[in-house]
Amino acid sequence: MNRSLQRHLNILDFALSSLWRRKGKNLALLAVYTLIIFIIASIVFFTQALKREADLVLQDAPDLVVQRMVAGRHDPIPVSYGTGIAAIRGVSEVTPRFWGYYYDPVTGANFTLVASDDQELKPEAISIGSGVARTSRISIGDFLPLKDIKGSPVLFSVQKIFPSSSELVAADLIQLRQEDFQRLFDFPAGRATDLAVSAGNPAELETIAAKIVHDFPDTRPILKSEMIRTYDSVFDWRSGMVLVVLAVAVLSFIIFAWDKATGLSAEEKKEIGILKSIGWETTDVLLLKSWEGIVISLSAFLFGVSLGYLHVFFFSASLFEHALKGWSVLYPEFKLTPVIDPYLICLLFLLSVGPYVAATVVPSWLAATVDPDAAMRS
Amino acid sequence: MIMHPGVLALFTGSLLTSAMILYAGWYGVRILRNWDLSSGSELQLALEKRTYLISTLLTYALGFELISLFLFVFTADRLHLLFSGAMCAAGTLNANGFGYPLLILKLVNFLLAGIWLIVNHADNQGYDYPLIRFKYLLLVPLVPWSLLEFSYLFAYFSGLHADVITSCCGSLFSLERPGIAGDLASLPVEPMRLAFFGTLAATLVSGLYSWRSGKGCYPFAVLSLATLLVSLASLVSFICLYIYQLPSHHCPFCILQGEYHYLGYPIYATLLGGALAGMGTGFLHPWRRRGSLSRAIPRLQRRLAATSVLLFAVFLAIASYQMIFSPFRLGR
Repeated sequence: MNRSLQRHLNILDFALSSLWRRKGKNLALLAVYTLIIFIIASIVFFTQALKREADLVLQDAPDLVVQRMVAGRHDPIPVSYGTGIAAIRGVSEVTPRFWGYYYDPVTGANFTLVASDDQELKPEAISIGSGVARTSRISIGDFLPLKDIKGSPVLFSVQKIFPSSSELVAADLIQLRQEDFQRLFDFPAGRATDLAVSAGNPAELETIAAKIVHDFPDTRPILKSEMIRTYDSVFDWRSGMVLVVLAVAVLSFIIFAWDKATGLSAEEKKEIGILKSIGWETTDVLLLKSWEGIVISLSAFLFGVSLGYLHVFFFSASLFEHALKGWSVLYPEFKLTPVIDPYLICLLFLLSVGPYVAATVVPSWLAATVDPDAAMRS
Repeated sequence: MIMHPGVLALFTGSLLTSAMILYAGWYGVRILRNWDLSSGSELQLALEKRTYLISTLLTYALGFELISLFLFVFTADRLHLLFSGAMCAAGTLNANGFGYPLLILKLVNFLLAGIWLIVNHADNQGYDYPLIRFKYLLLVPLVPWSLLEFSYLFAYFSGLHADVITSCCGSLFSLERPGIAGDLASLPVEPMRLAFFGTLAATLVSGLYSWRSGKGCYPFAVLSLATLLVSLASLVSFICLYIYQLPSHHCPFCILQGEYHYLGYPIYATLLGGALAGMGTGFLHPWRRRGSLSRAIPRLQRRLAATSVLLFAVFLAIASYQMIFSPFRLGR
């Protein structure tokens, strides 16, 4: 045991010094390799963090939302449906929700307006998200004009700005009283945008949803678990697409690595020839080559993953956030919470080191099996 | 296909390993037909050189095969969120008809790959390629199995659609369900418990004997395989019940989840590792007197037997700990 360990250590020692002797070539390889891993790691970390944020946001979402459909389109739902739904066994609470979107022609942004039952909110006063405050350049005490359905502006005074920690959820949010909401949009009385349903036992939600569809065929219940699942697949799909596109880059890197590994200089060939003639066996040379590969790929992996981590969690993935996050005038500014998932690290390792190993096996074998006399004569 | 990084990694890995194994198999057949160490012909010299490439390729490919079994199960566990009705890997695997056959293929390939790696390791100890024919003969079944695994993997992942409604482990591994899962779950507890402790005890004793004396490797190898099969059945039949503390939950996959402290990973790793090392001793046994290996193989066999006994003992400790210290008790 000890002897074979010693053998590995000696060969590793030799591999390090031989890598260092050709630093120009190997550093170039390391740089390209690190870059590839950096890009893949950034994508994987970023998607993971976004999924987590989406999970956190949806944690406070209602278990079940019931919408009314008219001609396949979402339509305000009669509040009276709520009594029928509340009568279904297992339903603990039904709350009508009033919300909608408002396009602001001045800034070109879309705001989300939500009626709130917050008692502290005064009539004609609003609480706004920090994104709204930033885009419209207003602060507490200022007025925000919103046009009602007839086109005449209504002035709302800003009573509160949500803290920036809630930016991801509340960036484009405007909260106002329910009667203000109904007046602004001339919302039909006795109707709500949708109904939020909660159940005592979450395991019963699917049955409750089925009963709601049975009792009110013109409604569409949406489960929270369905929303979480949709977000998960959307983010997986986005990152998967980017990874597939990146496959071209990985492929060209493999060709590059193959080329570097095959193109042995005369000096290297001579070196292997001398090693073999002084008693190194083919397996020893193969071991030397694989240690060289391990050193290069592990360093590239460590550098790439650390850089990707810094990029995503300290610089908010500035290089390709638009591809993965989507885009809008009023976009929440947020820092992602650092998460490290060992499973993802393993995947990254397999996705990046695997192809490199596969690309260098044949060239190292070719190098290791040269005949010593032929190598030294060339 | 679901574009999950795990799926991509498994797919790329499987594509690369099947290509490597296919290439190795092609040369394996040539070696089997033309190998003649006493000859100095050009073909023989080329083949001798080629064996280095092939054993390096196969070491990587089969090494990946060993890891990928766990990666596959973990990915399946992760993906269960995407399917309505699925609560763990059991549901994901059931999402289409290729899931469970693929798992079995991966399990068989895990064992074949592990044994091949052990034999290859032994072969590398001798200078005159002592096990070369046996090694490439062993490779022959690996080629079709790994190609089959790749095609099943492709069929499984390309047939995964997030809108499929699948069954959860509760209904798959229930007593009333017809089929192998239901049969395993409804195995009678008392005889199963007897069989479980019986085979494990016999394997441990036989392993210790092989380790001390270097003899009795065939019975030990057979017992190791038996322990693997009996333990897998026992996990579904009664061990899992203690871990979940539920008399009706037989799922062998939920123990892989964080709720149960990822206990499934040490359980399956020790069980599979123990079985592999134990079976390895038997596969090496016919060659223990072969010229250049007459010292290396007995040493390797004893080391394998010790590893196997150790891993089975850890497995037994985990399983018994759950049974003894769980507040859950099975009635008669």
